[in-house]
Amino acid sequence: MFYNEVGQFKTSYRADQALFPIRQDLIALGVFLIFLYAVVPFTFNNFWLNTVVIPTLIFGVATIGLNILTGYAGQLSFGTGAFMGVGAYTAFKLTTYFPEINIVILILTSGVTSAAIGLFFGIPSLRIKGLYLAVATLAAQFFLEWVFIQMHWLNNYSESGAIVAPTRTLFGVAITGPSATASARYLVVLSIVVLLTWIAANLVRGRFGRSWRAVRDMDIAAELIGISLFGAKLRAFAVSSFYCGVSGAMLVFFLYGAAEPNVFDINRSFSILFMVIIGGLGSIYGSFLGAAFIWNLPIIIRLIPLALGLRVEPVYTEFLTSMIEGALIISVLIVEPRGFARLWQIAREKLRLWPFPY
Amino acid sequence: MSNPENVKNPPLLRVDDIVLSFGGIHAIKGVSFDIIKGEIRAVIGPNGAGKTAMLNVINGFYKPDSGSITFKGTTYSSVKPHTAASEGIARTFQNVALFHGMSTLDNIMTGRTLKMKTSLFWHLFHWGPAENEELANRAVVEEIIDFLEIQHIRHTPVGKLPFGLQKRVELGRALAAEPLMLLLDEPMSGMNVEEKEDMSRFILNANEQLGTTIVLIEHDMGVVMDLSDRIVVMDRGLKIADGIPEKIKTNKAVIDAYLGTTHQEHASA
Ligand SMILES: Nc1ncnc2c1ncn2[C@@H]1O[C@H](COP(=O)(O)OP(=O)(O)OP(=O)(O)O)[C@@H](O)[C@H]1O
Ligand SMILES: [Mg+2]
Repeated sequence: MFYNEVGQFKTSYRADQALFPIRQDLIALGVFLIFLYAVVPFTFNNFWLNTVVIPTLIFGVATIGLNILTGYAGQLSFGTGAFMGVGAYTAFKLTTYFPEINIVILILTSGVTSAAIGLFFGIPSLRIKGLYLAVATLAAQFFLEWVFIQMHWLNNYSESGAIVAPTRTLFGVAITGPSATASARYLVVLSIVVLLTWIAANLVRGRFGRSWRAVRDMDIAAELIGISLFGAKLRAFAVSSFYCGVSGAMLVFFLYGAAEPNVFDINRSFSILFMVIIGGLGSIYGSFLGAAFIWNLPIIIRLIPLALGLRVEPVYTEFLTSMIEGALIISVLIVEPRGFARLWQIAREKLRLWPFPY
Repeated sequence: MSNPENVKNPPLLRVDDIVLSFGGIHAIKGVSFDIIKGEIRAVIGPNGAGKTAMLNVINGFYKPDSGSITFKGTTYSSVKPHTAASEGIARTFQNVALFHGMSTLDNIMTGRTLKMKTSLFWHLFHWGPAENEELANRAVVEEIIDFLEIQHIRHTPVGKLPFGLQKRVELGRALAAEPLMLLLDEPMSGMNVEEKEDMSRFILNANEQLGTTIVLIEHDMGVVMDLSDRIVVMDRGLKIADGIPEKIKTNKAVIDAYLGTTHQEHASA
């Protein structure tokens, strides 16, 4: 019975409005952060950091981005991959021109470019909704992909058509490029992710988050209350694309080291959308649950037979991954549209009432 | 207008000769009436009379074909929803238009949209002006929650609430805007007697304590006669009567209009 709020009277609205109104949650978060900062970088080997932890964090940011647009503001988008690409290419060009400016600052700046492009492609949302809007974002996806392929200026006229992350340092330690260690990259990614997650959580609980959810739930009523639909939607597109852009830039600089345009193709858009759906529409922490699940599922499916000493053809593991993903997405959409985040919440509520069921 | 009070108080709102049609359907065929500051003005009439359409014209959701709306001394040929809201007109809807995925608290907080101005920058950190503004508005919203006696459902997603409570939350969201004028479209439909009594009390209190002018569409004649100061009666897009409840009760045209139609609530009773 330690997990409850007995004795923690909400003496003020400030306490009730806090991100974590229950003290145990705050303590749990603190412990988790200490684990992420003090334990993970020293105990997880390169394989774990590079294949599991860093990608989950990076894709979690893109998932938060799409979740803000789709889960909170109710605007479906298939352009996530392209907006990630805008961030990646911008960061690459910026660090080419301004090698002396810190790469972390450039990556965050590249999110602003992505936000501007996202804002532009969000303009049709004034007139069209739902699937029609999704088709418009699909056009953005294909157009931007075409730009990434055709505009050789973007990749500094490299022969392979790929962009390659140069070596950049922070406090004298290499954090990008071939000489950067996994734990250095991990710590930088973690810090960016913690900052952006905290900001997203702040945004969605205040007046801007409420205006997004209002537009999602009942746009007519939102308008009659005085919310500018266009403003709210454009703000969602901009903020969402900012997150996607930063995620894309981090993907190239802190994980892949190099990338071709196909890293940001339509499949990427869909995979992030699956992360949003599985994790839970309209949940910030659910975004990480979704990213962790979708990213790591194929790895687990590959590892299980290996651990059991079985040899399975890659074709079959790929097939199995798609099957499980598909089945799960359909069942989540039918059974619990708010995804893993909701399941976790239910479990927590049970825990809070334990041992009394009612 | 024979009521001598009208001469003393200029109307807060006046609609003049409003005409509204959808393709071939003439929803409103030239209706005029006024609403005096501080009164409860009922709009009644059989189904399809054009009552909801009239509210939609007043708060800018529909653009009338012709006619004008005069609010606080300014005459408009049509109003924009955003203008109506910022000029102090709030409303509730016949079919409840709450934000279903949001809690009672968040729904009512959203009603304070026009009172909240802090920029995105402060909200990134939920700090300084942003936090102060959220807390100040929360305090106002808590007063409304107390007023409507819905403390127990503060954190419940409204989609899970019974219809009667949803109507109450919707009233709360409209009141949160601190409107000059509140348009209520059948706030008591589908309620039992007890719930209707509660709702009547809230409407009267809002009117008397907050001074809110109220336009009320309602089918329950008992409630209408009790609450309203003056009544407009519409039938098939026309205004057929206008006056104090005592006069409307005995008006021949009104009785005929109601007898000549099978009425929703009568039919189901
Ligand atoms: N958006 C619309 N498109 C087409 N016709 C409409 C529309 N809105 C209203 N109407 C028509 O206008 C007429 C008046 O409708 P309105 O909703 O104002 O009636 P009402 O008096 O509110 O009736 P009720 O008591 O049933 O709510 C009806 O014939 C209705 O079918
Ligand atoms: Mg109606």
